[in-house]
Amino acid sequence: MNPFQFTRVTTPQAAVSTISKTAGTYFLAGGTNLIDLIKREVIIPEQLVDITKLPLAAIEKTSSGIRIGAMAKNSAVADHELIKKHFPLLSMALNAGASAQLRNMATVGGNMMQRTRCSYFYDNSMPCNKRGPVQSGPDKGQPNGPGGCGAIGGSNRMHAIFGASAKCIAVHPSDMCIALAALDATVNITGPKGDRSISFTEFHRLPGDIPQKDNTLAPAELITSVDLPTNAFAEHSYYLKVRDRASYAFALVSVGVGLEMKGKIIQQARLAMGGVAHKPWRLSEAEQFLKGKEASEFNFKQAATLAMASAKGYGENDFKLTLAPNSIVEALQIATENA
Amino acid sequence: MEQENLTNEPERPNASRRDFLKQSGVLAAIALTPPVAIAAVDQGLDQKLATAFEQQPLRVQINGVAKQLSVEPRVTLLDLLREQLHLTGTKKGCDHGQCGACTVHLDGQRINSCLTLALMTEGAKVTTIEGLASGDKLHPMQEAFIKHDGFQCGYCTPGQIMSAVACIGEGHADTPEQVREYMSGNICRCGAYANIVEAVMEVKNKGGQL
Repeated sequence: MNPFQFTRVTTPQAAVSTISKTAGTYFLAGGTNLIDLIKREVIIPEQLVDITKLPLAAIEKTSSGIRIGAMAKNSAVADHELIKKHFPLLSMALNAGASAQLRNMATVGGNMMQRTRCSYFYDNSMPCNKRGPVQSGPDKGQPNGPGGCGAIGGSNRMHAIFGASAKCIAVHPSDMCIALAALDATVNITGPKGDRSISFTEFHRLPGDIPQKDNTLAPAELITSVDLPTNAFAEHSYYLKVRDRASYAFALVSVGVGLEMKGKIIQQARLAMGGVAHKPWRLSEAEQFLKGKEASEFNFKQAATLAMASAKGYGENDFKLTLAPNSIVEALQIATENA
Repeated sequence: MEQENLTNEPERPNASRRDFLKQSGVLAAIALTPPVAIAAVDQGLDQKLATAFEQQPLRVQINGVAKQLSVEPRVTLLDLLREQLHLTGTKKGCDHGQCGACTVHLDGQRINSCLTLALMTEGAKVTTIEGLASGDKLHPMQEAFIKHDGFQCGYCTPGQIMSAVACIGEGHADTPEQVREYMSGNICRCGAYANIVEAVMEVKNKGGQL
């Protein structure tokens, strides 16, 4: 690892003011992704601001739902009684991600901030538009490896089928974020200009012409918590993750489902997919279609077809064009049966 | 409680140093340096000067012993344990959080020490495989691994055992299926998985003290 400065802070205000002072500074939470990226010199920081001591780890009831502190560990959220009871989709998604050790380290805010696992992004001898310039040291400002997208026309088995651009076809790797997108979460943020809140689905962004930017955070902003509004999906929730091995692997395709049922009729549906786009991919058309419909294989297939309308394969990942709709149908079937 | 004071100056002649130190030279730096760094300069040791500049204090309890250390920000908990404290029971496998060989307990929770910076453990309690036995009496999980042949080459074993102890402590060892899922962060290239699951289930079912 290249050397860097290390600063510990104990308040969100100090975190924001410290990161504002020096370019190439990063917040350090669980470190499970950031330290890996530093070891591989994908990120070469000037300074890390250790935010692990911030008092932002509470999981508590609010008047409209549940608030999860940004520093809450993934394992603490997954095993929390309130989450298991009221938002089982989030619990399932968290437990489908990483390993028990990593879930004990990783935080909610850090999970949202994790970078793609695209193998071109991770290897700075390979072309990538996402890596951006070197952040510190003698090569500061220089490109960190060649530009271009190695995955387009290259090894792209893990890559996007929705919302990609000519600059980048990487996917966001999180399972947790798929559940939060489906569950209409809100992200609470603090920064140099004060506090603000945004819809979870507005937090991550598509690559477009600036694939270096994963999300809509402004410089020096800090995620403080995530709010989940009360819903009626708990009885019919499921997170289906399809991957190359039974555990501890990133999703080829994942589907988060929440259904509100009255008998066999779907009152409300929430659907989001992982492993298919640069951001958690909410299936709004399919949700609208399912509203008021009977929970049947016929309707599920129709919904899946609607969801796949804008899908595009890039060669090695063409199999996702079949795997994804099949996964949507299976997840809906399992969620219907859950009760 | 036993108290140790250690100042570590690891020998790493090839390590690259901060650019300003490389460029500005020793004399310019002396004006700003604490006595320990000036002493290092007196000995003509640029490397030690740079190290003294960058090291930060760390208070951490390791296997029940309170330590006051001095470490560079980029040193991982794994490297602190192995290279500075010579607790080499914790293994470096992939060094990227993918294999679990480096698993230790941080405040009772299993973590990957390779992806944890040492300075992140300020004020915490770390338990390594060396801290599991009581004197000559092995921990029940260590005994179970021996009894069930839960290893071949043994390289992943310290991580497996630390992970297994935590797995039961978390309440994630109710069935063999659950053990397989919650132990998936520990890779065994020899393929001793079946025996590892047996060892974990035996300790769980005996309900022994962990």
